[in-house]
Amino acid sequence: MHMADALLSPAVGGTMWAATAATTFYCARKIAHRLDERKIPLMGVLGAFIFAAQMINFAIPGTGSSGHLGGGLLLAVLLGPHAAFLTLGSVLTVQALFFADGGLLALGANIFNLGFAPCFIAYPLLYKPLTGRQPGPGRRLFAAAAASVIGLQLGSLGVVVQTVTSGMLSLSFTGFLMLMQTIHLPIGLIEGLATAGVISFMIRVRPEIIAEGNRGPTSAGLPFARVLAILAAAAILTGGFLSWFASEKPDGLEWSLENSADRQEAAATARSNSPDKLRKRIALLPDYNFRAAEKTGGGVKRPDPGTSASGILGSIVVLVLVVLTGLLLGKKGRNRDR
Amino acid sequence: MSHHIVEARDLEFTYPDRTPALQKVSFKIHHGESVAVVGANGAGKSTLLLHLNGYLTPSAGQVRIGDYPLTRETLREVRRTVGMVFHDPDDQLFMSTVFDDVAFGPLNLNLPAEEVAARVDKALATVGLSDLRERPPHRLSSGQKRRVAIASVLSMSPDILVMDEPTSGLDPRARRQLIELLAGFKHSKIIATHDLDMVVDICERTIVMHDGRIRADGPTPEIFADAELLESCRLEKPLRMQGCPVCGSAPDHRPPTIG
Amino acid sequence: MTDRISRAFYDIGRLEIIAGRDSFVHRLDPRAKLLVTVFFIIAVVSFDRYAVAGLVPFFLYPAAIIGLAGLPVGYLFRKLLIVSPFVICIGIFNPFLDLEIMVNLGPLAVSGGWVSFTSLILRFSLTIGAALILIATTGFPKVCMALEKLGAPRILAVQLLLLYRYLFVLIEESIRMIRAHALRSCSRRRPAFRVYTQLLGNLLLRTLDRAERIHLAMLSRAFTSEIRTVRRFTFGRAELLFTLTAAAAFLLFRTIPVAELLGGLILEISL
Repeated sequence: MHMADALLSPAVGGTMWAATAATTFYCARKIAHRLDERKIPLMGVLGAFIFAAQMINFAIPGTGSSGHLGGGLLLAVLLGPHAAFLTLGSVLTVQALFFADGGLLALGANIFNLGFAPCFIAYPLLYKPLTGRQPGPGRRLFAAAAASVIGLQLGSLGVVVQTVTSGMLSLSFTGFLMLMQTIHLPIGLIEGLATAGVISFMIRVRPEIIAEGNRGPTSAGLPFARVLAILAAAAILTGGFLSWFASEKPDGLEWSLENSADRQEAAATARSNSPDKLRKRIALLPDYNFRAAEKTGGGVKRPDPGTSASGILGSIVVLVLVVLTGLLLGKKGRNRDR
Repeated sequence: MSHHIVEARDLEFTYPDRTPALQKVSFKIHHGESVAVVGANGAGKSTLLLHLNGYLTPSAGQVRIGDYPLTRETLREVRRTVGMVFHDPDDQLFMSTVFDDVAFGPLNLNLPAEEVAARVDKALATVGLSDLRERPPHRLSSGQKRRVAIASVLSMSPDILVMDEPTSGLDPRARRQLIELLAGFKHSKIIATHDLDMVVDICERTIVMHDGRIRADGPTPEIFADAELLESCRLEKPLRMQGCPVCGSAPDHRPPTIG
Repeated sequence: MTDRISRAFYDIGRLEIIAGRDSFVHRLDPRAKLLVTVFFIIAVVSFDRYAVAGLVPFFLYPAAIIGLAGLPVGYLFRKLLIVSPFVICIGIFNPFLDLEIMVNLGPLAVSGGWVSFTSLILRFSLTIGAALILIATTGFPKVCMALEKLGAPRILAVQLLLLYRYLFVLIEESIRMIRAHALRSCSRRRPAFRVYTQLLGNLLLRTLDRAERIHLAMLSRAFTSEIRTVRRFTFGRAELLFTLTAAAAFLLFRTIPVAELLGGLILEISL
């Protein structure tokens, strides 16, 4: 459920980057303060572990499909939320760059969706209270499943809110919401099972590791984490609603572009010294009927259909030019290399 | 400076799970000496090595490096003096390029950038890998990794090289190259290994460990001539000191050639 | 399953090898390439959802870099295809929901939904392509160092470098484990849940041990608490020229409908 650049508007993408950057700096400072230097290699290697672990699937009985580990919750249990957030951020960055999962603008949103919810909401507010001091295996399973499900639901809610406020989809908010939340319900459950399974295994063979993670800095950081969570939720909601309203009217940039485009068009028409002539020429292509599209109320500005013909033709020409440029530069480059 | 460079006095160590790993381990190693530590699996070789740069603290006894006892205060100096080459080079080469890895130690010693670069160049030249500076470690062969790991220690100009299984997992050619490289070093060397033929090549002295104790300590040829000792410590004679099973020719008892 | 993991492994490896090549673009300071990539992505996503013609000129950037740096087009294209399903799955609702006719191409009436879907695909190709190109011309470690020089927390940069370094080691380790499992479980392709948690648990144990050994290796080379590097990048004239040219081009493409003007011109001349 990686968010993609293509689905984001710069405002939403930028907001999410700001939220992620703020959380990252906060975590980095928090860790630097109480740094156990052992954690430096541990975080890096655990990040690589999560990466590798996500490639290993297990069979889900009776369905023929497979599931894998989520990572966020397990990292929070092993490292504490601050180090876990940074580590998960690193994992997502590598995925974005090497496997092109999402893209760079969406990376901010992805780190936030997949990192913040499990590390700062699901782990301290659900997993820890639910497991308590001496949890039995059943209780731990329940806690891990609940925390994973809620963490992933919050994450996918993030995806929905960010996508819809970006306004790239025709799908309605509720429709998209239903779709995403339903899909992620079983996924969260499976991730929770896998997380609980691995934690139980670790407790059997090396209990001190899990105990250490639990002792971590969370108890002290809890109030702040809660405040931060509330702030972030508020930021998402306000950001969302603001962009919602903003999309009713073209925003500043778009508006100014519209104006300048109009002016250029006027200039172009003036240059062709007879606007009628151009219209007649277009009419010479009888099959090409460019119907004026009305501005749909509340919708985003639609391109002036009069420019569509030139737009399509021009696009094709530009594409050809682009390919030629690429080939030319390639040839030149190779010649020079030789 | 005193004439011995590494000294262990009655070292004792017990792991947290109460497995005794070292008992009354004492030895002195002199300047420029090359000493092998041999013994079966679990004899305590690696545990001993981890005491030599202060990673493990003995339950009783003392380690002295040069003129200093190994304490919290001398730890930093000791770690510069004792260059440790680990068993798995993947653990030792943790930076993203060969250059950064070899530069890691000198940078931690707060050396100026030019000095760091000069030391990296020299260390890489010594192990013969100057042209791989920008290579990421995971794109090296096992033999190359091993040599970069050695370079990453050499760049700190240690007086003593401590190595854990330097030849394990290498193909014959890479093993031969590594042995030649090690034989060329003037450092004091302490090498824990199962490769007894390498010991014959580069170590004039051998310490035999068994069940956490030193069972024998003496000139290599003598140690390997003592069949009873080797047998009781679950060791075997180096291949070249065994008679040839095919042609029946006599075993090679030449003294080890160094350099 | 080992196939899939091995493929991912070689895939990362291939990208790394491409990044190790030498060309004008490869030699540029990573900060310049990172900044230009960010400008590019912002310019592309700032178009409204029905923009198609406006996006097309932006393909000049990937084409130019691919040409200059000699990147394998087919390989990059395949990587794009592999990750396209998510965007396509979500975007494909557009044509079914937004039915209002926007453009008529002869007998073909194109709805707003199809236009916005096309726009979505173009955006996707451009933004993801730009990220891939960044990595293919710069290499991951240098991107991390550039991030740090541009103000990212040091611990994050160190994290990324360590993660990347051990990614290869751990992927190899998990391939070995899964292969061992597959060889001893005749029929099943994927491990059952109980086996899975043990596989993963063991991998985690080994990982924790490894972290300890790495820490030990760091300590024995006088590590205190900070990882230092000496890389010096120079943001020289070439970098300045590259950044400014690219930024100017993106601004031009963003403000002037190049494709439409060109198309209009051609129509006028030819008819």
